[in-house]
Amino acid sequence: MGRHRRPLFIVGFLIAPVTLYVVFVISPYLQAFQIALTNWRGISANPEYIGFENFARLVDDEVFWEAVRHHGVLLLALPLLTISIALVFAFLLNLGGGVRGGVMSGIWGSKFYRVVFFFPQVLAVAVVGVLFQAIYRPDDSGVLNGALIRLGLEPVGWLTEPSLAFWSILAVMVWQAVGFYVVLFSAGMAAIPGDVFEAAALDGAGRFRLFFSVTLPLLWDTLQVGWVYLGIAAFDGFALVQVLSVDRGGPENATTVLPLEIWKTAFSYTKFGYASAMGVALFFMTITFAALTLRVSRRERIEY
Amino acid sequence: MSDSADITRRQVLRRIGLTALAAGPGAGLLSACATAGGGSASSTAPTASAAATSAANPFGVRAAAPLEVVIFSGGYTDAYATQIHEPLFNKTYAQSVIKHTATQKIGTQLRPRFVSGDVPDVVNNSGAETLDLVALQQEGHLADLTPLFEAPSIDDPAKKVLDTLTGGVLENSLVAGKPHVLNYTVSHRGLWYNAKLFAEKGWQVPTTWDAFLALCEQIKSAGITPFAYPGQVGPFYQTWNLLYTAAKTGGNQVLIDIDNLVDDAWRNPAVVQAVTAWADVQKRFGDKAYFGLDHTQTQLKQLQNKVALYPCGSWIENEMVKDTPAGFEYAVMPNPNVTATDKMPPEAFFVGVGENFFVSAKGKNPAGGLEYLRVMLSKEGAKGFTDKTKNLTVVNGAAEGLDLPPGLRSAAKVQDAAGRNIITDARFEGWYKELFDYSQAQTNSAMAGRITPEEFADRMQKKADAIKKDSSVSKQTRSV
Repeated sequence: MGRHRRPLFIVGFLIAPVTLYVVFVISPYLQAFQIALTNWRGISANPEYIGFENFARLVDDEVFWEAVRHHGVLLLALPLLTISIALVFAFLLNLGGGVRGGVMSGIWGSKFYRVVFFFPQVLAVAVVGVLFQAIYRPDDSGVLNGALIRLGLEPVGWLTEPSLAFWSILAVMVWQAVGFYVVLFSAGMAAIPGDVFEAAALDGAGRFRLFFSVTLPLLWDTLQVGWVYLGIAAFDGFALVQVLSVDRGGPENATTVLPLEIWKTAFSYTKFGYASAMGVALFFMTITFAALTLRVSRRERIEY
Repeated sequence: MSDSADITRRQVLRRIGLTALAAGPGAGLLSACATAGGGSASSTAPTASAAATSAANPFGVRAAAPLEVVIFSGGYTDAYATQIHEPLFNKTYAQSVIKHTATQKIGTQLRPRFVSGDVPDVVNNSGAETLDLVALQQEGHLADLTPLFEAPSIDDPAKKVLDTLTGGVLENSLVAGKPHVLNYTVSHRGLWYNAKLFAEKGWQVPTTWDAFLALCEQIKSAGITPFAYPGQVGPFYQTWNLLYTAAKTGGNQVLIDIDNLVDDAWRNPAVVQAVTAWADVQKRFGDKAYFGLDHTQTQLKQLQNKVALYPCGSWIENEMVKDTPAGFEYAVMPNPNVTATDKMPPEAFFVGVGENFFVSAKGKNPAGGLEYLRVMLSKEGAKGFTDKTKNLTVVNGAAEGLDLPPGLRSAAKVQDAAGRNIITDARFEGWYKELFDYSQAQTNSAMAGRITPEEFADRMQKKADAIKKDSSVSKQTRSV
């Protein structure tokens, strides 16, 4: 192929996906910015521009700030819990069994657990939601409360107590995410050369020392990726909250998240302008988070 | 809002949930569909030269003009349209080709079409995604239904259509002061119970609050939860219940004031009293498990005789028909009166109209659309609807001769006893959906005892005041 035809070749491949991306992703994003400056109610062909009124209203919107606060908590708790649990599991599956035949191996039955941990990842979010509806169900047909009642204890309103509901839903998010990160971290651990561990083991490092002084630092890049992914997931949470929570984000807004508020504002209250303003706010939060994480966690790479 | 479509409303909600999930955190940004922008989209509306009007053809329908009908295929399905109304229309206008669309996503399907100007003629605006009628009206999309109501009835040309309909149809058809929307069905809301269980145990329908509490004691000692409402999906059943009890004490004016966003309307003693009374029932006889159950789960419990009294509307019988065991026969009672000095008698009962239909003013065949509604309001059309859906229509006497299920018969009987004492519907539910959603959350809080009835009234009033001040929400008023 001639050198001058190379750009043409590349453009030929790119044109279809880029067009699709621009039409279906970029242009709606840009339009959201435009609609955020209007009081569009979803019907009019020529929405009226009202400047930054929608954004000014966001400032006094209690429910909006409640949702933002939940994202803040999610942003800390979701990655922290998921990554900690996934790391422990990945370590046990890959390295926890110590050296066997000169190779680091997982604990007994690790092949089986590896499959089990990945199960939740295969399930659609709606299925997970319905599954946990049954688990959290407040009467004796619920998995948890059925057990509690049989033990002679009072049933717990997992999703109906304002102080509990958020954490109940967070637990589902963690449960669902852990499997993927176990696999991700396992892959990361497999990429660490075996002789590093061998050397450390020869020097008398125990499993804890191996984990904290060898595995963790060498896995830093993967952890960082995981943190960004989970952080972005922390800005969502729509489906689980929608399926699980009491009256959509309740009780008393204890579980609401921004995507849910946006959806309610747009499609239930048909205030598309205001909903777009929330969307724009969410967009900037997500972007800021991603940029911050990548900046803060930047670190020297270790070459093997 | 449709009363009939509760099951499907929920399914639809879930599906929307999935779609939005697929779009990820950016769902909110993607959600707003495009505005047409630029030029006016409304210019594409050829009302075309209408045919001459006559007694048989009061709107001047052109015989060969096609007609597009969009039906919300929820709890009622769309068989009543395809098998009854559309053939009836074609009987007179055989050359007219009817394009029939059934959907559960009225909003998603039709919003872009209203933006672009290519609109269907008749829309059954129902389900979880209804179009905002006020917004449509502001854009001039809703046809004036005055000619329809003034037109001669198909069954008796000496009578106007409006005179063949039950009261409340005209009042509920008003959008910004003009008749624009037809409510087609009647529903009855009250406390539903198993008539067979009550007969077997010898329990009597109470009319006073003391008798009601005594009944609850009896039911409780029989090992049955006397009263429950679904807190997870459908707390508005209890919101209605609170409002109707308040209306009994203070008269319909209580609800009219609430709808009109009158200052301190929510702080009316009748409202506080109603909330106090029901929160007390919940505390003494309720089971907090129901705060976390949805309407289907709760209704199944009732069918198993685990719940005795359930606040709901007459669509419940049809909704649960597949699960209703032989020993269960739905019956309804009005809310018992809280005080001895209630403005309304114990027989007072809620009869409401629902299931919205409108004709597009800028459609291709608006005259045909009006005629289609006139066909729906004929006795044959209405009878066919009742036969297919087991729901009564606003057409008087159209159910004569039909074999109605026991719950519907019970509702009709209670309605007869109520006579003119009909509790009105709270319209802020459709006018200010935000306030209605908020009232559901506060209902749960008050019933669970997290807030006092006074706090309930205060919070609702604060929200109502905020809506009143919100210039982006167009206001509506009612006098009756």
